[in-house]
Amino acid sequence: MIASMDLSSINPVVLAAALMVAATPILLAAIGELVVEKAGVLNLGVEGMMITGAVTGFAFAVATGNPYLGMLAAVAGGAGLALIFALLTQYLMANQVATGLALTLFGLGFSALLGQGYSGVSPPRTPRMDFGPLADIPVLGPILFRHDPLVYVSLIIVAAVWWFLRYSRAGRILRAVGENHDAAHALGYRVRLVRVAAIAFGGACAGLGGAYLSLIRVPQWTEGMTAGAGWIALALVVFAAWRPWRALLGAYLFGGIVTLQLTLQAAGWRIPVEYLAMAPYLVTIVVLVIMSSGRARRTLSAPGSLGRPFHAAG
Amino acid sequence: MNRRQLLAGTALALGLSTGLGTVALADDPLRVGFVYIGPVGDQGWTFIHDQARQTAEAHFEGRIETSFVESVPYGADAERVMTQMALSGIDMIFATTFGYGPDVNAVAARFPDVAFEHATGFMQEEPNVSLYNARFYEGRAVIGHIAGRMTETNTVGYIASFPIPEVVMGINSAFLHARAANPDVQFRVVWVYSWFDPAQEAAAAEALIEQGADVIMQHTDSTGAIRIAQERGVLAFGQAADMSAAAPDVHLTAIINQWAPYYIERIQARLDGEWEARDTWYGIGEGMVGMAPLHARIPDDVRAEAEGMIAEIAAGDYHPFTGPINRQDGTPWLAEGEVAPDGDLLGMGFYVEGMTGEIPD
Repeated sequence: MIASMDLSSINPVVLAAALMVAATPILLAAIGELVVEKAGVLNLGVEGMMITGAVTGFAFAVATGNPYLGMLAAVAGGAGLALIFALLTQYLMANQVATGLALTLFGLGFSALLGQGYSGVSPPRTPRMDFGPLADIPVLGPILFRHDPLVYVSLIIVAAVWWFLRYSRAGRILRAVGENHDAAHALGYRVRLVRVAAIAFGGACAGLGGAYLSLIRVPQWTEGMTAGAGWIALALVVFAAWRPWRALLGAYLFGGIVTLQLTLQAAGWRIPVEYLAMAPYLVTIVVLVIMSSGRARRTLSAPGSLGRPFHAAG
Repeated sequence: MNRRQLLAGTALALGLSTGLGTVALADDPLRVGFVYIGPVGDQGWTFIHDQARQTAEAHFEGRIETSFVESVPYGADAERVMTQMALSGIDMIFATTFGYGPDVNAVAARFPDVAFEHATGFMQEEPNVSLYNARFYEGRAVIGHIAGRMTETNTVGYIASFPIPEVVMGINSAFLHARAANPDVQFRVVWVYSWFDPAQEAAAAEALIEQGADVIMQHTDSTGAIRIAQERGVLAFGQAADMSAAAPDVHLTAIINQWAPYYIERIQARLDGEWEARDTWYGIGEGMVGMAPLHARIPDDVRAEAEGMIAEIAAGDYHPFTGPINRQDGTPWLAEGEVAPDGDLLGMGFYVEGMTGEIPD
């Protein structure tokens, strides 16, 4: 068995390219949720919004023959589901945790309903980006310049969110709303409106992440195909301490672990695969436990008003 | 039937039982519940169980009423779902995954009047727990042979779920027959630690193809891997159901789980009041394991060999685990001409000689 442990058969370039693909769906979902949480809202419905995006994206791509229209539909589908959450939590004052969990259950069931008849159907192919000679650069070319467009879109979104939260006036208002909604309200900012917009953005990103699975990663529609990716995205936001570039790092770390352990196994290496396979879910559980403890949240510098209902007073 | 209807049924049944007592009317339909590990739309394991449920319901024309709960993890959730079913007046429960064993037996102990049928398990601690399983290794022998004959890189990729005897048995059966057909063939096994995760299964298929595999086999429930095989143009086999729709060009055949005849037989026994716990392990011969149509790209000689093997297994003339077979470490397991006892297969925790790699703990 030692004989089959041949490191030379593992191509790090292929591995690096594959990890970006494996990471993209959770990166998209996580960056959306990061904005939602920065606005002080905890939406546990990421899994439900992802799977809804996966099915709406798939259905529209098949119907129109155009994967990009499918992606737009996924954005709309995820955002649409998120707006239900916004209505319930921001206007009807429903509990955010319970509503988020319900959103996940609803999304899983609703997507199964919408997806009937799409089993075994092939979606239109999403072409890879054409960077011309850049794709032929040794090492860097295959890693960076031969992906599908959504990989680059996800990176652009991360950069945009970082810039928005850090430098834009609107981003500062959003952060203020998340840190202390009473103070933000007293200053005249429209807490609810900001939060609804953030929730819709989070849903749109989660939907796009789901469409990445159904249109590019797997590419097919299968019920329940997100298989927990939304929960990992939620954990990733906390792991990233609500910082966009750290979310990118965490997602790529996750993608790297997944890809590396599968590749090592395929190459015949004996690795503690049972622990590696378990790791993302264990971390997720730990993180969700931490999230529910007030003191731990403060030490992690969570947004001050995260998960707290806002009642406009005075 | 879905979760909501089940819950509505539950509420109704509770209301009725308090009103009317527990006397069942003669023309009441028998109520049969199914508990699934995955979604009914997985196109594999759970899908095919649900097809069998529908076949049984149609067969009995109103004399039974079925319901199901899907995506139930084993452990506390499965126990709760089955308890709920039993409390709601369901007479017979099919629990369709290996991991439900402890839950089935725990609930069965509390509801001695409910008949439990547990698929692919081994725990039978209560008199009202029946076990049923299919000899999937017979189908795996066939696909192993085809893989051995058709691989050009001599590397077969195998996507495995969990290191339990059922899965190890399947790897060994496929490997033995691939090796018999092609002495240079190697198996690369990737454990994904999930029954259903399309993205992970797809990533595993990609990793295996990257390592030179040109035939992919799976012991997981989704079409994620075979879909990648289709995209990358490598050969593959379906699992549990005919998956050719997901991979029309490369789906050589599939091992098909045919549960409906068993479900009909057992429900009939319950209707007749003759149900008692059994331990069933049927194969190709009894019709519990079937093979999907062989793809046109399988060469004629290989097709003839595969069909011959299917016929011999069905007739009981050939057992896929017939000695001499050694364990991976070289120690003898089966002597010349010896056939593996069922007990050895059901507890199989070792690879056969020639396999590389180790089974995870």
